[in-house]
Amino acid sequence: MTTEAASETEVKKEPEKSEEQPAAAEPDAAAQTAEPAAGDGKKEPEQPKPAGNNPAGDNPGSDQPAPDGAAPPAPGEAPQNPEAPPPTSEKKKEKEQPAGKGISRFLPPWLKRQKSQSQEPPKEAPKEGSEPPAKDGEPEQGPEGKEPTPEPQPEAKEPPPEQEEKHSIGSADTQPVKEEKAEDEEVKETEEKKAEEVKKEEEQTAKPEGKPAKSPLKLTKKMKMVVCQVAMLDGTQFSCEVEKRAKGQYLFFKVCEHLNLLEKDYFGLSFKDNADQKCWLDPTKEIKRQIRSSPWQFAFNVKFYPPDPSQLTEDITRYLLCLQLRQDIASGRLPCSFVTHALLGSFSLQAELGDHDPDEHRLDYISDFQFAPSQTKELEEKVVELHKTHRGLTPAQADAQFLENAKKLSMYGVDLHHAKDSEGVDIMLGVCANGLLIYKDRLRINRFAWPKILKISYKRSNFYIKIRPGETEQFESTVGFKLPNHRAAKKVWKVCVEHHTFFRLVTPEQPQKAKFLTLGSKFRYSGRTQAQTRQASSLIDRPAPYFERTSSKRVSRSLDGAPVVSVTDSALKPDASAPALSSPVAEENGREPGLELPSDSKSKLRVKGENIYVRHSNLMLEDLDKTQEDVLKHQASISELKRSFMESTPDPRPSQWEKRLTASPATSLRLQAQGSLEEEITSILLSKASFSSGLAGPFATSTQAAEGAVAVVSAPRSAEVLHSETNKTPPRTEAALPDGKAEDKSADVKQKPEPGELAEVEIEETVVIEEIRKAPKAKPATPEIAAVPEVAVISAAAEKEKKEEKRRSREASTSSESHSESEEEAEYHPQVASVSVEQIKEEPEEEEKEEEEELSKETPPPAVSPAAEAPPDVTVVGKGAAVVVKEEVEEEESAENTAVPADEGQNGHPEAPPEEEEEEPRVNGDASHEAERIPQVICCSEPPVVKTEMVTISDTFAAQKTEISTKEVPIVHTETKTITYEAAQLDGSGDGEPGVLMTAQTITSESLCTTTTTHITKTLKGGLSETRIEKRIVITGDSDIDHDQALAQAIKEAKEQHPDMSVTRVVVHKETELAEEGED
Amino acid sequence: MASVRPYGHFTHAVVRGIPESFGRKAEGGETDGECETDLAKAQRQFGVLTGALRQKVGLQLIEIPPDPNLPESWRIEDVAVIQGDTALITRPWKQQRRSEAEALRRVLSELNLTVVEMGGEEGGSGGATLEGSDVLFTGKEFFVGISSHTNHRGAEVLADTFRDFAVSTVPVCGGARLKNVCSMGGPNTIVIGNSEGAKKTLRTMEQLTDHHYEVLTVPEDMAANCIYVRGASKMDFLLHRPTEECPNSAPAFQKLTDYTLLPTACSEAFKLGGVLSSFCLLINRKLQI
Repeated sequence: MTTEAASETEVKKEPEKSEEQPAAAEPDAAAQTAEPAAGDGKKEPEQPKPAGNNPAGDNPGSDQPAPDGAAPPAPGEAPQNPEAPPPTSEKKKEKEQPAGKGISRFLPPWLKRQKSQSQEPPKEAPKEGSEPPAKDGEPEQGPEGKEPTPEPQPEAKEPPPEQEEKHSIGSADTQPVKEEKAEDEEVKETEEKKAEEVKKEEEQTAKPEGKPAKSPLKLTKKMKMVVCQVAMLDGTQFSCEVEKRAKGQYLFFKVCEHLNLLEKDYFGLSFKDNADQKCWLDPTKEIKRQIRSSPWQFAFNVKFYPPDPSQLTEDITRYLLCLQLRQDIASGRLPCSFVTHALLGSFSLQAELGDHDPDEHRLDYISDFQFAPSQTKELEEKVVELHKTHRGLTPAQADAQFLENAKKLSMYGVDLHHAKDSEGVDIMLGVCANGLLIYKDRLRINRFAWPKILKISYKRSNFYIKIRPGETEQFESTVGFKLPNHRAAKKVWKVCVEHHTFFRLVTPEQPQKAKFLTLGSKFRYSGRTQAQTRQASSLIDRPAPYFERTSSKRVSRSLDGAPVVSVTDSALKPDASAPALSSPVAEENGREPGLELPSDSKSKLRVKGENIYVRHSNLMLEDLDKTQEDVLKHQASISELKRSFMESTPDPRPSQWEKRLTASPATSLRLQAQGSLEEEITSILLSKASFSSGLAGPFATSTQAAEGAVAVVSAPRSAEVLHSETNKTPPRTEAALPDGKAEDKSADVKQKPEPGELAEVEIEETVVIEEIRKAPKAKPATPEIAAVPEVAVISAAAEKEKKEEKRRSREASTSSESHSESEEEAEYHPQVASVSVEQIKEEPEEEEKEEEEELSKETPPPAVSPAAEAPPDVTVVGKGAAVVVKEEVEEEESAENTAVPADEGQNGHPEAPPEEEEEEPRVNGDASHEAERIPQVICCSEPPVVKTEMVTISDTFAAQKTEISTKEVPIVHTETKTITYEAAQLDGSGDGEPGVLMTAQTITSESLCTTTTTHITKTLKGGLSETRIEKRIVITGDSDIDHDQALAQAIKEAKEQHPDMSVTRVVVHKETELAEEGED
Repeated sequence: MASVRPYGHFTHAVVRGIPESFGRKAEGGETDGECETDLAKAQRQFGVLTGALRQKVGLQLIEIPPDPNLPESWRIEDVAVIQGDTALITRPWKQQRRSEAEALRRVLSELNLTVVEMGGEEGGSGGATLEGSDVLFTGKEFFVGISSHTNHRGAEVLADTFRDFAVSTVPVCGGARLKNVCSMGGPNTIVIGNSEGAKKTLRTMEQLTDHHYEVLTVPEDMAANCIYVRGASKMDFLLHRPTEECPNSAPAFQKLTDYTLLPTACSEAFKLGGVLSSFCLLINRKLQI
């Protein structure tokens, strides 16, 4: 608030824009929610401006050092905005664009993502804002956070105090206020309710955001966009533009959104490979890498045929299943008898045409329908005859009857693959819900139920199943089959793995723990199992979505009276579809906080309405569930590290950290699941991060320990980082920190790219421990805040990773916490893929900055920890293998701004406070941050070759914001991964108030493979003195270095050195050379 | 799949009388060398069986008059497999038996059944052979015994005819027929003999099925062939071999509570490899002829 008005204003504008954009996007996307969304959007825009002013005031102090940074964010936001929200955003965009465009150009995919993220953040901000008190508190939390944090953490209510502060502080508050007004009007009853609404809004926004992030059309300039043609089950074509590097998941979600489909786990996208073989698009991998040279043409299909369709929750799901089965029947894939053809056909007629009308329905009225591969007049007559008997059945009932009969068909849900047995006899392998069926011609000659199968494997073109010994047998037996080629063998194997997991397991198999040297595919089904999806479906409580049944005749055919209509959700669709996609993400994010979020999301999704989408999120989360499992596994390994850290430091907030940690592990697990060296690396990083985070929370000291290898970024970079941080900080300390981190990360990334050429793997870990009021905010707001942050995070993540999925996951993680985090991590894996984590380079500049531990004397630390706990959101920015650990410890933060001054003193810190203040606004702030970052990134032209993915895990909302701020520099050769663990409260550092720099010193020490650079900054802020110590530890070495241990050691040392300080941020930046994968 | 309902709901039974040539080889008219059969006793037993089906169980009985030129025509089960509205006219292993279906076709047509011929490729090299006594329909799926009289090709034709159902092939040991060692004893119950061959067959069935069946094991394989019908009043009727013929298996049937047990002798036909189910084709047709 206090300082640089200009820079802050810019920032605010950005946020506003971003907010508006999201809002606009939401309305546009989802006409249904138009009222709420529009209202929000309108409010937001207005708010942003005021907010911008306020934040500007707040930020100025912090930002002043980095006014540029503020500007940059704006540009970034601008691009983002354009992508997401068409109309409203434009104006804002225009404003922001100038700066942002320039920057964005430099930062192609990531920036775009950032933009999207920024949009998300705004939404979040509005959400927060919706809760007047909470909003204020949240924004303020950043600054105030330290003091209030404890309270806020427990409940969203706490934020209010902070919110007030925030209001004073900055733009973020203002935005929230506007939104709050609107929301308040609508939902004033309770703060909590408001919070929920906020969440809902967030979710809504998130949905739009998510879409934007994924869809980032704007990115097209920088990002290569590809138009995907998806053949829908009703015969229509769905065109969707995606980034060239988008993952399958992104496209799939877009399609599901288009369909307004919630129970999506039964479905998948397929494509034809070069050999014209149907393949399933792996949602966790890039589309481009899967389809290779094939055209971007896909088909939406049922992947897992539910054995009992009556257990599906929604009619629309059953309808889609019916369409698939009709296709299967007409094509002969699902053989059935004449009688069954007739019966099923008659139900199809009843569903599509209604009761038989002797006047309209003459015999030829069905000649356009295809009921069987070869249709005879006799069959048509029989169909008509049976159709007459279905009088009175509603379309939904007819569909249900259709399915009840179809499910009994012996070949229902059996996926056939040509093969030969050990004697060279042609057979068919049928993979189904119950197991593996062996057919010779049409005869079933063997069957292996899942319980009887011990192992499934393939080698070259052979496919093997190891059979559990029977009652009379003593030894396991292995049955081998010969597939036409290696590809076919792997395909069967994958299908088996997926079916087994989906139908047989309650939860997905935990991904293999990262093993550096593991051969073979680590592929695992990462989606939800049937049990999970059923559970999730049971939570769906949206009103049945309206959809129109398309005639079997398909569009090309002319129906008598029946208009050929593609299946559309109708009115609901627009809203639902757009919101649905985004909402799921948001929901997911929100879910972690609690069920509350879901409800919020629901409301957001549809006209204030409510609900439906929450479940969506749940569904999404279920997918994430795997990650949870993974997390658990990780936890075990990580827990040890934690212990060591925790032991030395008394953390009041360990729980939060743990949550975060767990989340992160989950992500890592997912990554692992993907199965690759990369994954392994990521997991390692995560663990490190977790360590660092754990350390950070409690320990004021630094990062050193945290990072296995800290790359020290050259001074210039660090400076940049600091600026960025400052800029970022303004909104909220946490946010600021995250942003700063993000910036740092981005910077790192840039740097890394340069190093990228090197085969070395750089791991930069920055541990930033910030004590901020955010924590309080986070807790109280958790639902709301979480959602908002999520959005922001998502955008940020997306930008960083380029991978939309990653963004989503990140968002989810941030909002939902661990879940989302896990997803993020998973996403990372792919990025990491080529990385051989052997050499760790040091990225001095940015990393150093990050590494710099800012130790401010903040009383809040305890509060921070709570905050951290409350806000499980951890944004993890993973690029390459560079891990930057920043520990920002703010000691004594006056209620709000103490941290800010300190931050100001420290370049980055000042910025942080403002961000914190504007948690809700943070979104905007984030955007600004992003912009800032972008410039920074540009400034730091390190290794152009390296691709970096940044994952920032922030404990709190702030963290989310930070995520937003984080930008990834898209450079190819090297992959770097940055994981930032931030204490929930970032406020202290982020206060907009300009702190007075008391002292600053930099100490550098080197040992065998680690270089530690310590920046100690003391600042006076609002009467509070803040000492911020930022340590950058660069661990360089070959793979044989135990980075985890090194990191742990560094963190431990940091703790020991500064027992009275808390760790506010740990950034682990890992940089690895990517031999093969250039994602681009 | 409209026809899918629990096993045992039958309305009609098609039988064919015992010809005077009973026990003689079709071509030669010589008495079966292995054993002497009592024509009169066989006809009595046939009468008891049909009487039970009509009067006790309450099925509409359609009796095709015997043809002296077709000494094995009483084994009507072999010449068709009927499920729902579809009847597959089989292609018996013995060339001379393939004309037995002519009279049956008319009856099935009158019943408005969709008649599918698998003899279309007769004369060709298809070589598909299938006899109804090697086919066990459980109400949910088909098991086809690959025996001396039924081959894979025949099973494929059956699978192609009844596409709604899984058709699994199972081995049959000792030159017997699948239904010589097993039959349906209820909607969800398989009666199985206790011989090694029968056990092996059962294991295979259990391996191949997606469903779960209750298994009633009887000491004598011959006792494993029963006729189960679920009557109109939801009464469970089971025609099984009497105690005199299968002394050890009687207790097993007593386990079937609430069943109406109808001991039916079949000793003469059994001398020729026939069993209870060989005498009839069970059909479920709501429509009148």
